[in-house]
Amino acid sequence: MALLEVYKLNKRFGGLLAVNDVSFQVNPGQIKAVIGPNGAGKTTLFNMISGTFPATSGSVVFQDWDLKGKKPFQVAERGMARTFQNIKMFSGMTALENVMVGRHVQSSAGFFSSMFRMPWTWKEERAIRDKAMEFLALLEIEEFANTDASSLAFGQQRAVELARALALEPQLLLLDEPAAGLNIYETAEVGRLITKIRDLGITVLLVEHDMSLVMDISDEIVVLCFGEKIAEDSPQNIQQDPEVIKIYLGED
Amino acid sequence: MTTELFIQYLMAGITYGSIYAIVAIGFNIIYNTTGIINFAQGEFVMFGGMIAISLLQYMPLPLAIALSVAITMLLGALIEICFIRWLKSPSVLRMIIITIGVSIISREVAVHIWGESIRSLPYFVGNEISSIPVFGARISPQVLWVVAASGLMVISLGIFFKTTSVGREMRACASNRKAATLCGINTQNMVTLSFVLSAGIGALAGCVMSPITYSQYDMGTGLAIKGFTVAILGGLGSSGGAVAAGLLLGIIEAFSVSVVPLAFQDAISIAILLIILFVRPQGLFGSKEAAGLSEV
Repeated sequence: MALLEVYKLNKRFGGLLAVNDVSFQVNPGQIKAVIGPNGAGKTTLFNMISGTFPATSGSVVFQDWDLKGKKPFQVAERGMARTFQNIKMFSGMTALENVMVGRHVQSSAGFFSSMFRMPWTWKEERAIRDKAMEFLALLEIEEFANTDASSLAFGQQRAVELARALALEPQLLLLDEPAAGLNIYETAEVGRLITKIRDLGITVLLVEHDMSLVMDISDEIVVLCFGEKIAEDSPQNIQQDPEVIKIYLGED
Repeated sequence: MTTELFIQYLMAGITYGSIYAIVAIGFNIIYNTTGIINFAQGEFVMFGGMIAISLLQYMPLPLAIALSVAITMLLGALIEICFIRWLKSPSVLRMIIITIGVSIISREVAVHIWGESIRSLPYFVGNEISSIPVFGARISPQVLWVVAASGLMVISLGIFFKTTSVGREMRACASNRKAATLCGINTQNMVTLSFVLSAGIGALAGCVMSPITYSQYDMGTGLAIKGFTVAILGGLGSSGGAVAAGLLLGIIEAFSVSVVPLAFQDAISIAILLIILFVRPQGLFGSKEAAGLSEV
């Protein structure tokens, strides 16, 4: 049973068909990557999957639950978390607070009890803090817990963003270009962290430009070009695929 | 100027200053979550005072105040749900104009319910002539109520935003709404909540100030202008800035009486507003970003 099923998804922006009849499945426990040249519709596809904007037609089914008309916060509550190509930190908040916000879905204190600081919310607040620290430790950035998140180095911010997404305890984690803006060393680090996350049993779907990263860590790859899916296979086979080679290296 | 007179002016300045600060913080809370200036903020203060005065006929003062604050909070929620929530990606300007409309409607409603007469709550302790000596000057005990209530509100809001999960999530929404919604936070509810909070602190301010400044259906406009001046002066979105700027404006106004006629008091605060908008639009403590009234 697929965790996520994308079926004949279309997105039209005026005259431009940004995503054209794309279908694929993401199975539990795997790292699946979506690759393609600039403007292939990767981020558009991602935005439709996470509910940021609606598809023109087609469906996205997550854990037997149709995402049509669902708000992003509902999708998140249901167990799908995502990160952004341009890191979106909560500035003015520490790294730890950023991750604590991610615990929202998993915490139960209502507005009034939280506002009036009932004893049980104090306990829960502590639990949230401890759990958030665990995620920071998992991503090896616990030493920056009390630093203003927006003042961290780019690679560290990416790790904070990952920790925040993980704090939702999602079944599916969407990563939008996790290596964007990172150097070779940092990219390898992020790759290692993503495999670590997969090994925790969290399914990962990522969009990426960096071929070395994708080839190293993915179990399966979907190739998009001008909004259409042209291939879907294992990294080894994708590297051999003549059509993919044509797109990436140009015709001879 | 004698020491007594100096202290007298200073205390008057602090009293009005803390009221301005509270109105400004009301502006800030809504500004932070939505990016709009809610020009109906002064009306929350008016409703707080007026409703408490009406309820006083049926119940003791503390209960009347508590109920009035609760009713005004409900009004705040209603205003957000009726006028703001259903708008699909509205522009900041459009929302601001809506709040101006809401403030006009609120005044009309108030004049129909309470008429044009000036009312006030009784002094919480003592009466108009009771006073406490402070360094030779004599101040009304109500002044202490105003200052204490304002201080308490500022501190508890600080604790709320810093240490509770709801407070933290409101800050997250203010910082990056898109990321917050993908963390599973219903940002629309956070906006409603910010209206509720602003209405609540506005109403409480309206109650504690009523014995000194009196309550009237159209008091909101003047307060909104002063509060807005303070919010801009302190830097939009900054609570600490609002407190400092509020006290500063209150004290400047109070001391101005010794130099220029009383009638010019409002002119002074509006002159300060204009100077700040021309010279330093980000306010004394604010960020450049807030100055542009950026769309969130």
